[in-house]
Amino acid sequence: MIWYIARRILYLIPTLLIVSVIAFLVIQLPPGDFLASLISKAEETIDQAQVDALRERYGLDEPIYVQYWKWISGIVARGDFGDSFEWNRPVSDLIWERLGLTMVISLVTLAFVWVVSIPIGIYSAVKKYTIGDYIVTVIGFIGLAVPNFLLALVLMYVAFRYFGQSVGGLFSPEYIDAPWTLGRALDLLSHLWLPVIILGTAGTAALIRVMRANLLDELSKLYVDAARARGLSELRLLFKYPVRVALNPLVSALAWVFPALVSGSAITSIVLNLQTTGPLLYRSLQAQDMYLAGSLVLLVSVLTIVGTLVSDILLAWLDPRIQLQ
Amino acid sequence: MAPNVEETLLEVKDVKTHFFTDEGVVKAVDGVNLSLRRGQTLCVVGESGCGKSVMARSILRIVPAPGRIVSGEISFRQRNGETIDLAQMNPRGRDIRSIRGREISMIFQEPMSSLSPVHTIGSQIMEAILLHLPVSRSEARKRAVSLLDLVGIPRASEQLDAYSFELSGGMRQRAMIAIALACEPQLLIADEPTTALDVTTQANILDLISDLQADSGMAVLFITHDLGVVAEIADEVVVMYLGRDVESGDVDAIFHEPKHPYTRALLQSIPRYDSRDRERLYSLKGSVPHPFNRPGGCPFHPRCDEFIADQCNTIDPGRYTVGGDHSVRCLLYEPSAAAQNVGASEPPAPAQNVGATR
Repeated sequence: MIWYIARRILYLIPTLLIVSVIAFLVIQLPPGDFLASLISKAEETIDQAQVDALRERYGLDEPIYVQYWKWISGIVARGDFGDSFEWNRPVSDLIWERLGLTMVISLVTLAFVWVVSIPIGIYSAVKKYTIGDYIVTVIGFIGLAVPNFLLALVLMYVAFRYFGQSVGGLFSPEYIDAPWTLGRALDLLSHLWLPVIILGTAGTAALIRVMRANLLDELSKLYVDAARARGLSELRLLFKYPVRVALNPLVSALAWVFPALVSGSAITSIVLNLQTTGPLLYRSLQAQDMYLAGSLVLLVSVLTIVGTLVSDILLAWLDPRIQLQ
Repeated sequence: MAPNVEETLLEVKDVKTHFFTDEGVVKAVDGVNLSLRRGQTLCVVGESGCGKSVMARSILRIVPAPGRIVSGEISFRQRNGETIDLAQMNPRGRDIRSIRGREISMIFQEPMSSLSPVHTIGSQIMEAILLHLPVSRSEARKRAVSLLDLVGIPRASEQLDAYSFELSGGMRQRAMIAIALACEPQLLIADEPTTALDVTTQANILDLISDLQADSGMAVLFITHDLGVVAEIADEVVVMYLGRDVESGDVDAIFHEPKHPYTRALLQSIPRYDSRDRERLYSLKGSVPHPFNRPGGCPFHPRCDEFIADQCNTIDPGRYTVGGDHSVRCLLYEPSAAAQNVGASEPPAPAQNVGATR
């Protein structure tokens, strides 16, 4: 097992290298040079010395592989992702600032999705073709079909109209720039349910269907009958055998959860005015804020790779049938 | 130890297990009778789809939905001497669970899929032990090792931590047998346990089951479509057709004096090494009817060579005793009909159809 993990981590290095090249190419793809757009946008405030300094710093006159080397060595050696032109601040500051809240929302949403959909999926499979199963199925399909931003608008209206809650953002106005206190944390929690439900609905609906299908496959297998014939009670039987096997595919789904932590749900976050990385990526792409966009693309790619690794390791640990060769 | 050998352990009386589907009712088991004494082996034979497996599952009450027992009685004599009716029990209740694995165990057709893919062999044996016997985990583990040893799995203490996919088909079936024997049941139901195995392994497993049976004195209800297996291990035989017991009796009576046309046809369809060259093997005409299209009267009449017009297709034959505990469901043997029908008074010899070309 340890060798398997070590080997997989070793494979990460060339993969990350290739990913960083692609991410850098994506930065360079839009036509025009970022200094040109910087100067055209803010002519008066930037003098020639500053332009020359920037040109020097990023080595813009040099060939593309030299530029790449400067960018990647800055990231690897100093954690320097370059500066955002639009914000006029280091990219790393911008990302770190928002990453915390993004993680909180995403992880709570993930927990919400799993906690809600797994029991419902199990119920739906065990009671297949009953009224309860049909009701759950209909609700699931509605949840899958309604676009997130629409749900966001409706729930925001309901929260504002009937619960008098300040909607949009994750904090009440008085807490937005306040330091972390118990009050601020509680304020966050009282605002968190709205984005969590909105962001989690589609995932919950999808996962209910996946769980139901996985479990239906397992329930009819002979090892379930064999365990029943041993005298196991129905509930223990259900959780010890078929549910245990049916959960394995969900673990592999973790791979795409990680990148979604950073890039996912941009539109919903914009509608809800959430201070997460989704809207940041969206805006940076619109504004051709290339180092910010490029760094976010790189981050998303790295998280995809790491997510795949984590889910592979978890699966290898959970499912003995996976050969570690 | 030896309890009364003649004592009846299991008695199934006119059990009907039907499946209530949207398309209609499938009468998978439609009136089966059998009885099994302690330490004996009863073989249930019949073509695929004749309800053998559903009958076996009905005894343990593990018939899958939408099937359920609609009538009949399954009397089982427990260790404590009490006789209970399994057909009356709640299939999800505590009572039937204390029977499963403890008094009656079952092994299945495919050892590949009847073991959990993500649990070790040992954990599944220990589960069976810990469910029914008041022992500690370490004792259960010791017992599991000796069980694996008993069923002939080499290096038992290592194989305890093996997963099912790490074993061959034969070893998996041995592991299943070890689980089934974990609590020394009085009855082992074996649902075609050798069908998915190659011939050499089949013979080994059959030998293993008979050896274990000889040592423990348990009874075996063996479901198979292989008449060769029946001849080898059976004391008693029940022949099933479309959910019915069409003929039952001791193994000699069934093989040497088969009465029902279906039994005779089955026996004639066995290839024989001493048959003449280029002789065509007898084959039963037609195939098992679709469950929704069950023939009226005797269900076998459309395929029967002895079909009596206006009788077999209208009269549902009862069980007629033809000597000892040999009984048959066929109008040819109905006491009053025998007097009326000249052709049926002298049942045709079994060899009549040998070599017949269809």
